[in-house]
Amino acid sequence: MTPFTKFLLAACALGVAACTDPGQYGRGGYGAGGGDAVAGSPQDPRSPAYFQQTVGDRVLFAVDESTLSDASRATLLAQATWLMDNPEYSAIIEGHADEQGTREYNLALGARRAASVQEFLASRGVSPARLRTVSYGKERPIEICSAEACYAKNRRAVTVITAGAGA
Amino acid sequence: MIARLMTLLLALGLALPALPALAQTGPLRIVIDEGVIEPLPFAAPDFVAESAEAQQYAREISRVIASDLAGTGLFREVPRDAFISQITSFDSPVQYADWKAINAQALVTGAVSVSGNRLVVKFRLFDVFSEAPLGEGLQFGGTTGAWRRVAHKVADQVYSRITGEGGYFDSRVVYVAETGPKDQRQKRLAIMDYDGANIQYLTDATSIVLAPRFSPTGDRILYTSYETGFPRVFLMDVGSARRRALEDQPGTMSFAPRFAPDGQTVVFSLTQGGNTDLYGLNLATGARQRLTSAPSIETAPSFSPDGRQIVFESDRSGTQQLYIMPAGGGEARRISFGAGRYGTPVWSPRGDLIAFTKQNKGRFHIGVMRTDGSEERLLTASFLDEGPTWSPNGRVVMFSRETPGAAGASALYSVDITGRNLRRVPVQGGASDPAWSPLLP
Repeated sequence: MTPFTKFLLAACALGVAACTDPGQYGRGGYGAGGGDAVAGSPQDPRSPAYFQQTVGDRVLFAVDESTLSDASRATLLAQATWLMDNPEYSAIIEGHADEQGTREYNLALGARRAASVQEFLASRGVSPARLRTVSYGKERPIEICSAEACYAKNRRAVTVITAGAGA
Repeated sequence: MIARLMTLLLALGLALPALPALAQTGPLRIVIDEGVIEPLPFAAPDFVAESAEAQQYAREISRVIASDLAGTGLFREVPRDAFISQITSFDSPVQYADWKAINAQALVTGAVSVSGNRLVVKFRLFDVFSEAPLGEGLQFGGTTGAWRRVAHKVADQVYSRITGEGGYFDSRVVYVAETGPKDQRQKRLAIMDYDGANIQYLTDATSIVLAPRFSPTGDRILYTSYETGFPRVFLMDVGSARRRALEDQPGTMSFAPRFAPDGQTVVFSLTQGGNTDLYGLNLATGARQRLTSAPSIETAPSFSPDGRQIVFESDRSGTQQLYIMPAGGGEARRISFGAGRYGTPVWSPRGDLIAFTKQNKGRFHIGVMRTDGSEERLLTASFLDEGPTWSPNGRVVMFSRETPGAAGASALYSVDITGRNLRRVPVQGGASDPAWSPLLP
């Protein structure tokens, strides 16, 4: 373990927002899904910030769908590679829906989207023990116009990097 | 009065056996064909204060009663500045001519006495045009702090004597209080009187909370919270606000809980590996039973009032539709067949109707249908209406309406099952996911 990651893990233990997920939303914070600061420098390829900004932390879905597009598969392949290279981290995959739908159904739909990502990453060799999922349904849009331009960005699954090698 | 009462009853869809005979009389027939209801005019003079301490309550109680009645859309209050007679003593004879002259067809009089923190309200209801009381005088007692409940109880009596139906005013609503924009919305569980008064918060805003549901006796609430970081079903005691998670299996989510009429069994959705199915849980024994087993989404379960069946939504056909299955699981029959998608079904307390959310052509509707799916009726239309809940007497549904765009916010509305009388429930701040309690004891 590099000194840098040791520092990161210590920071996580103290409750730095980007590391304490689950619950960046659930506990009242508004973190990575909304583009807030993520630990580390985007220039450091081993940092969660690099994962978020360079690897790409999210994939988008068509209306009422949870299947992965070719572009999404390419992003997830890069995510899988990063996770394999950085075994000191785990991930929580957040599934989200746009606001066009009832609350309960959207929770279930977000769960399907998160599970699609989880299955893909596991199929590329990431240990399932490092991958947890959560659905926010339509509770946490990142774009709030009520038009397809925003809906398209809200129908997403976001891979949030957390400290620790998983259960 | 009798003609007016019959008009009212017909508008409510009651008194059907008498319909053929009535249909032969002109005016009533017009009312039915036009689907118009003329609200019944009533007078509710200030109640008489029987002690100095009662003064502050007497007027307010008559105002709450008038607001309850007028809020149904079935009654209209005659403005008090039109009154010829004043009611200065509860027991003086009513001057019927004075009330006829201002066309008040029903008259509600009452008196309030207070001793210490104890409040007693007496009331009488009069049929002005037949110059007779309608039912016996009654009295209700309570603490002074509960004066609004006493007023609601009087209004429930008046409503019930005139319509022949149970009332719904002495009831509460648990809901999600909302603040902040759509991308940073804060949610708290809150409880209030059915008319938006007496709001109390049951949780703080540190975790997202969703879709609370009352127990059949109104003393407990099921809801979904992200307290652990993942959606989990919680059970809360309303009196103490103490709560516990019902489900806490790692790697799963649980949500969409609902009580069975026995108050002992809970149904909910459990998601595992991306698949959502329905489960039952016995609160006393902790025994869990899987009710559906399909790769599709099964959610939003609601029991029939006899506890024998469950209506729920599923996308097993490819889109969200409504199904009914036995309470223990088993073969489900689809009941929704119209255009669009159907979700959040809720069985009426009378057992005859299912209220639901419908999405069609980019609009959302609250609707009702019979339990075999026939006679579908859409009651509302907007950018986003969802999550109906029934009044205790099955005459009114309350639901959430969200407005579009960056400044969009959620509010509670109610509508009669005839589609008339759409009203915004006067709640301070944003509000969603209402659940109506049974009538309070």
